[in-house]
Amino acid sequence: MDGEDDAPKSLMEEMYANGIEGVDDAPSSSTSTTIRKNRPIISGEQLDIEAYAALYSGRTKIMRLIFLADHCDNSGMQLEALRMAYDELKKGENTQLFREVVQKIDGRLGPNYSTDATWCAMVDRKADQRKDKLESELNAYRTNLIKESIRMGYNDFGDFYYAHGALGDAFKSYVRTRDYCTTSKHIIQMCLSAILVSIEMGQFAHVTSYVSKAEQTPEALDPPTIAKLRCAAGLAHLEAKKYKLAARKFLEVGPELGNSYSEVIAPQDISYSSNAFTLQNKVIDNINFRNFLELVPEVRELINDFYSSHYASCLEYLGNLKSNLMLDIHIHDHVETLYDQIRSKALIQYTHPFVSVDMRMMADAFKTSVAGLEKELESLITDNQIQARIDSHNKILYARHADQRNATFQRVLQTGNEFDWDVRAMLLRANLLKHEYNLRASRKI
Amino acid sequence: MNSVEGLVNQIQGLSTTASDVLSLQNLLKQADDSLHAESTRLLPFLDQLDPSKHSLGYLYFLEACTAGPVTKEQAGSYVLMIARFITSCIAEQIRLAPDKFITVCKRFKDQVLLLEEPLRGVAPMLTAIRKLQSSSEHLTALHPEFLLLCLLSRCYKAGLSILEEDVFEVDQPRDLFLFCYYGLVASQTGNDKHWKKVVPESIGASTQCMLLLYTSVVVTAPMSTVNAIAVEAFKKYILVSLIHHGQSPTNLPKYASSVAQRNLKNLCQPYIELANSYSNGKIADIETYVEANKDKFESDNNLGLVKQAVSSMYKRNIQRLTQTYLTLSLQDIANRVQLNSPKEAEMHVLQMIKDGEIYATINQKDGMVRFLEDPEQYKTCEMIEHIDSSIQRLMTLSKKLNGVDELMSCDPLYLLKAGRERQRFDFDDFDNVPQRFNI
Repeated sequence: MDGEDDAPKSLMEEMYANGIEGVDDAPSSSTSTTIRKNRPIISGEQLDIEAYAALYSGRTKIMRLIFLADHCDNSGMQLEALRMAYDELKKGENTQLFREVVQKIDGRLGPNYSTDATWCAMVDRKADQRKDKLESELNAYRTNLIKESIRMGYNDFGDFYYAHGALGDAFKSYVRTRDYCTTSKHIIQMCLSAILVSIEMGQFAHVTSYVSKAEQTPEALDPPTIAKLRCAAGLAHLEAKKYKLAARKFLEVGPELGNSYSEVIAPQDISYSSNAFTLQNKVIDNINFRNFLELVPEVRELINDFYSSHYASCLEYLGNLKSNLMLDIHIHDHVETLYDQIRSKALIQYTHPFVSVDMRMMADAFKTSVAGLEKELESLITDNQIQARIDSHNKILYARHADQRNATFQRVLQTGNEFDWDVRAMLLRANLLKHEYNLRASRKI
Repeated sequence: MNSVEGLVNQIQGLSTTASDVLSLQNLLKQADDSLHAESTRLLPFLDQLDPSKHSLGYLYFLEACTAGPVTKEQAGSYVLMIARFITSCIAEQIRLAPDKFITVCKRFKDQVLLLEEPLRGVAPMLTAIRKLQSSSEHLTALHPEFLLLCLLSRCYKAGLSILEEDVFEVDQPRDLFLFCYYGLVASQTGNDKHWKKVVPESIGASTQCMLLLYTSVVVTAPMSTVNAIAVEAFKKYILVSLIHHGQSPTNLPKYASSVAQRNLKNLCQPYIELANSYSNGKIADIETYVEANKDKFESDNNLGLVKQAVSSMYKRNIQRLTQTYLTLSLQDIANRVQLNSPKEAEMHVLQMIKDGEIYATINQKDGMVRFLEDPEQYKTCEMIEHIDSSIQRLMTLSKKLNGVDELMSCDPLYLLKAGRERQRFDFDDFDNVPQRFNI
């Protein structure tokens, strides 16, 4: 997935230049600059679809491929993705999705990739048969009232629906097994299945509730399960735009996850998605997380840059990652917001230690013009994220320290006035109410 | 005829001590109908009574006299008579018959308006209010009439004196509604340049503040049907709070009556939208919006206020700049606030410095503005005094609130209602010793 060798020369030189500026900002980190000089920047422009797809399995692989095809401008990549999706679908039984993909291919891949009607019919027929068989089995179990068998029956049904793309039914079947769960292991299995289906459906509210259900089971969970649950919870928080919580959950994911959750997420993704949040969360000394970071060196570099205040190169890395992140099925909606937040975070961190900052130097560090920087700073100050004021004449940013005493006086007076206002309004209103009440009473008499 | 003469004699005899006046009032009440029946013949008797001594009797006679329709010529003489009566009457006596007094004063207003000389009514009406009200917190039925006269005679300064007083007691909700509405209109028209010359800025601001308060009360007042005053008041309320606070409460508070919550917004749609586009801070947007809806605003007579609101937006934007910048060139200010030229920006900034709304210095040589911090250090004697007086004021207010609360909890009507709502008293309410210890 990393086109390491594709890095254009110019980028490398730019990096080098950044490094020097970085020294201006924080002289202590000269060692890291030298290291970085030797390391070509990893370009995210080319995404190796085959390698990417190999990270995933099951339905999410297909969905991700389709997503890639939908969001990629490059028609070669599009077709490649669709071809792989087609192949993958052929192995499964999901005819509906198959037809969709064929429609998307639209005959561009030659006769081998057209609607295979006989195959569809065969699969459908088989599916019907299997469904009948499952139903009769389930009915038999139900009449016999064997809990375990009923559970298995529903589970099979869930698997069956899931394979055929009927996610809603699959979810229902999985949830129905709940009444027949006898051990906590069963419950966890039910929860994981339900979580898997609801992630596919995009129903992240269900994800959260089933994660908490699974976590409430009395028995201790084995590490891979915990890791899976954390992943799912992280995704749910991400969808709900609770980035901080999402980051925390992703950080808690242990290395045990390995490739076992490839149905949903690849380990690389975790570091990808969490990098964005870690920047806000400032958690880097987590040993477990290091392992994930090693999987994606550019993210590690990025975070190191961020912490050693090489904002320009950090943002550069981010910019390169952006196109890849945009192609991720879960994170793409949030890329813009997260990028904005990272940028403002960087700006805030940059200004934090200084009493006054030369805006020209700052603009250089952030690779932007002074005017543009001024605009960004202005909006941050207006949002009260930076306590500073801009000397637009000399292009200097001065930190501003609020005078607590004056502020207190001001607030006291203001509160007094508000109280005054409220009491008056209350008295007047009480008077009006009383009048109305008297009127009604006198009318009655 | 005899009865009237007898009455006049009784009035002359019974107008000295307080107890006498009370019995006189009973007499007059009984005679009221007959007085009205003979209203045309009463005028000569009025000369026999001295308004400064026999105020109560005079009032009854006067009321009966003026009951019928009046011509313009009659009105002239009546106005003189009533005005004289109002200035010379005894407050204690007329307060025994407030209804009569209010009717007479309202007629007085009508007659003044009939003569098209509203200015003549202003001073007597103010005296009438002072005599009628038990304290300055009392809003009488004459308040709105007085404001109306002030408005019509363009005598805003006189109206101001009454707007500044705290009002807590209201006789009729309608009075308050009208009072607020006229007050708003007065402040609206008064905010013309003419007004600014007459009134120092600080007084204007505090009055505006009071008005905002009254209006918010009007808007949130209990009402069973939407009334026109509330609707108009709400429109103006939105605009005035835009001018003063830079934002407008788009949602009515919870305690507003459900009728108001349901209907007011629909009735004032253009204003709500104006407030929304105001909060976006884009001057161009708001100007096009005002231009597009000019007719509506004009037909509501609110165009002036709307224009003020728009111009206050420049101020807001400039004030916002002071939070962000230490120095800024006039050209930049003009760009950011969307003014046409640096010259215009300079005028705005200058005006705002003058009005004490921002603290800044203009360097004309470089065309730079240097924004300063608020120089108030809260260390001066004046400041301490100001804070102290604020504390005192708030303490009296909260005492008053407590008093009202106590009154309310002793009010039989309230207790009756509260008792009815909780009809059945649980046995446990009275007995907090658990049952099992009773054995």
